[in-house]
Amino acid sequence: MYKYDNYDHKIVNERVEQFRDQTQRYLAGEIADEEFLPLRLQNGLYVQRLAPMLRIAVPYGMLSSHQVRKLAHIARVYDKGYVHFTTRQNIQLNWPALEQVPDILAALAEVEMHAIQTSGNCIRNTTTDQFAGVANDEIEDPRPWCELIRQWSTMHPEFAFLPRKFKIAVCGSEEDRAAFLLHDIGLQLVKNDAGELGFEVFVGGGLGRTPVIGSSIRKFLPKEHLLSYLDAIVRVYNRYGNRDNKYKARIKILVKAWTPEVFAQRVEAEWEHLKNGPSTLTDKEISRVKRFFSAPDYQSINATESADKLAAIAADNTAFSRWLDRNTQSQKQAGYRSVTLSLKPAGVAPGDVTDKQLETIADLADRYSFGELRATHNQNVVLTDVIESELYNLWKQAKASGLATPNIGTINDMICCPGGDYCSLANAKSIPVAEAIQRKFSDLDYVYDLGDLTLNISGCMNACGHHHIGHIGILGVDKKGKEWYQIQIGGSANKNASLGKVLGPSLARDQITDGIEKLLDVYVENRIADESFLSTYQRIGIEKFKERVYAPST
Amino acid sequence: MPQVLKDHCVIEDNWIPLEASSETVPEGDVLLTYNQWQDFSEQLPTHNGSVGVIIEGNAEIEDIVEPLLNLPLIAINFPKFADGRGFSIARLLRERYNYQGEIRAVGGFIRDQLYLLSRCGFNAFKFSDDTDLTKAANSLQDFSETYQVSADEENPLFRRR
Repeated sequence: MYKYDNYDHKIVNERVEQFRDQTQRYLAGEIADEEFLPLRLQNGLYVQRLAPMLRIAVPYGMLSSHQVRKLAHIARVYDKGYVHFTTRQNIQLNWPALEQVPDILAALAEVEMHAIQTSGNCIRNTTTDQFAGVANDEIEDPRPWCELIRQWSTMHPEFAFLPRKFKIAVCGSEEDRAAFLLHDIGLQLVKNDAGELGFEVFVGGGLGRTPVIGSSIRKFLPKEHLLSYLDAIVRVYNRYGNRDNKYKARIKILVKAWTPEVFAQRVEAEWEHLKNGPSTLTDKEISRVKRFFSAPDYQSINATESADKLAAIAADNTAFSRWLDRNTQSQKQAGYRSVTLSLKPAGVAPGDVTDKQLETIADLADRYSFGELRATHNQNVVLTDVIESELYNLWKQAKASGLATPNIGTINDMICCPGGDYCSLANAKSIPVAEAIQRKFSDLDYVYDLGDLTLNISGCMNACGHHHIGHIGILGVDKKGKEWYQIQIGGSANKNASLGKVLGPSLARDQITDGIEKLLDVYVENRIADESFLSTYQRIGIEKFKERVYAPST
Repeated sequence: MPQVLKDHCVIEDNWIPLEASSETVPEGDVLLTYNQWQDFSEQLPTHNGSVGVIIEGNAEIEDIVEPLLNLPLIAINFPKFADGRGFSIARLLRERYNYQGEIRAVGGFIRDQLYLLSRCGFNAFKFSDDTDLTKAANSLQDFSETYQVSADEENPLFRRR
């Protein structure tokens, strides 16, 4: 993974000192609340319902074991001993004290981490596929490009005060695992007919109050022009995005108002001035950054033999077999698999882990996966490079620490925002809903029979829990001071991204699990062969689901 | 005498903003809004003193820039500090139109933006409140290294590292 040089260290350290000075001046009453607000936000610090919350950047989800041990230390010393993995591959502390935040940032800087631009109206952490570099269907490893974007966007002088937050995702594979069409800018790595690498550029995707799927504004951008083209897009947005109404301020609203065609023309006109300028990437820089993402030192393995041995162990152990099936997947290198450590055991808020678990994760990464790991936008952790012969040992250790719940990709692998328990924006709680669903659907045979199913929960229409793109989405709404929940179905975040449709009137919290069960009943009764919930819905439409959920009880 | 932070120094500010109700342009170094500058265009050629113009962040700079380039000062107004349009306008003036005069931030910007503002080409800062200019000047030095090209840096870090 990327390693800082003296320049990177200097920039991050100076940022820590800048924020230390700002915090001191704020505490001394020299900076007004409203002026301190964007300064703290751009250093990751929110003030939430119960306490401040610090969002730490995990650039494109990559972490080293060394960094994870430092996070465990920080969670223990500065917080209540746990952290939360977010839906944008970042990590949050829920209880830091404002006075200590500069020290936390300094501790992070020691391990090449920061909280720069994890909030505020600026360019946020760039996200990508958690299987980048090892995915079977990869066109090109997106991580070097994400790192180039990280450096370009870090304290970009022109774009620190945009109309609204700005998110970029890069997809390097055939299948989309980064929800890149639902970002302000989505970049798809592609090769042209001559075999040259470039990007198809999408703009104006996003969730929130007005969910929109991004529009392609350029079919092929040669790779060396990436940064100047991003400059052109964000400059057009900075100048012309709506600044009067925060609900109309995202780039998607501008793209819609102008039409994608006109927006593309404006970007191209701006880019004409920037194209081939000094921001044009050099081969030297591209190869410098690529070197940090070279393949690890794999052993050469007889794939058939390895697969046979694994199958023999799995045949004798149902629990291991289930985990192998749900929580691991093949990768490019023969004899290796990628393992997803589930952060969704029943009874725990999705994405929460303790300091001890973080240390176990670091140990597992060191022992089994070259000391590196990935945060996923589904709020789990991935070890990408595990040799098959060690999977059983890994499973036993992960299981002992509560990290091997065999539920990846099932209804119990929910995406869930912090909701009304923590967040001051939320209209309703989301974590208790997730827990109720996990309790209701605890029969593993039933859960496996349902197959791949995404269930996403947001506590308000800001959609941090990505409810629009869950096969089943749940949105918390406030009705006269009471918490209600709207159900949507048919959303999907893959290449053929679709937004869920609202099923009907909202349900009370105690009606949700029954409602979900009825949806699943309709699916099970109507599915053909091994059709997924989403495919069945797409074939039969919403009516049958609706009728069942709202049928008067008999 | 009012003061301004210019080129890292606190100096006396000779520029007098023209009052909205003013019917003539008084002698001296005057700062006009873009509309005033158009309204008084006939008087200005014989004006005794310098003339500077204040433009807004939403200016269609491409359409109005040409005659402005001869002025010794262009001020960019920040209606509030969170409105970042002025950052783009300043970069365009410096980098696209090669403007060499003073670019002055006026309005609601804040001390903690000075480093980024200066990167975008602002070299003078006229606070609308009682910000201590000597202390504020420290914020110009927040960083000694930077990744991107901007008005103050011809080459991105990757061409220098």
